[in-house]
Amino acid sequence: MPVTTIAGREVHVDAEGFLTDPSEWDHDLAAELAAAIGIELTPEHWKVLEFLRKDFATQGETATTRRVQTVGGFATKDQFALFPKKPAKKMAYIAGLPKPRGCV
Amino acid sequence: MSTPIVPNFDDEAGSGRKLAIICSKGNLDMAYPGLILANAALGEGVETHLFFTFWGFDMIAKKRMNDLKFSPTGNTAMHMPVGDIRVPQALAPMPGMQAVATKMLKKQIADLGVPEVPDFLDQIVGAGGHLWGCRMSADMNKFTEADLRDDVEGIISASDFIELTDGAQLLFI
Repeated sequence: MPVTTIAGREVHVDAEGFLTDPSEWDHDLAAELAAAIGIELTPEHWKVLEFLRKDFATQGETATTRRVQTVGGFATKDQFALFPKKPAKKMAYIAGLPKPRGCV
Repeated sequence: MSTPIVPNFDDEAGSGRKLAIICSKGNLDMAYPGLILANAALGEGVETHLFFTFWGFDMIAKKRMNDLKFSPTGNTAMHMPVGDIRVPQALAPMPGMQAVATKMLKKQIADLGVPEVPDFLDQIVGAGGHLWGCRMSADMNKFTEADLRDDVEGIISASDFIELTDGAQLLFI
């Protein structure tokens, strides 16, 4: 399992770069992860990230775009506006969670 | 110090990849492959167009889109949920079978958290997908734009479609 250094600290990642240990994440790291992929976090972004973390804790897997919409209450259009082009993957990455596995 | 391992989300350049999915089927089961793939493509940042033709028109026609059906008739791959037994074709056309099969299929799909066709198309449009109706199918059904979902961008001819999908990957369902 590769280890990489982000913002001066070491985190475990998979081959693609997604964090493998959700407990290594915190708010400061999130800002760094976002910066690494060209996103500046606003309060709107944070609402989504917090939903993802909370949902992961109860469900054991990362919410898909649909779940973020129906359970989280964030319209698909807004998800694409906040995390352009590949919202599901980007938000999972910044939240320190694995890529969502579901199809919808 | 080596560069950190960060996922590459391919933002620069935008690969320019384009996908066009032709939805030609009106049975409930065959409505889904196009929708699932379109949704997946959009989630990967691929410009995606859905073109509804022939029976697929039912997926975007207001009067029909909430009422798609499924029948095991002619579909030898339908298995009972218990024991993996195929539904005998002789039973398939019997009265009531279509309703039972449709209900079963809807439940299986809903159990996976997959939305019904109209909601799924809402999500696809929200994600930036483009919906188009086929000119010939519209003429055959005597439908106009008023009969279709409001977010269908237009009723276009085959040659319009060919122009629109220049450089695109095509998928026929």
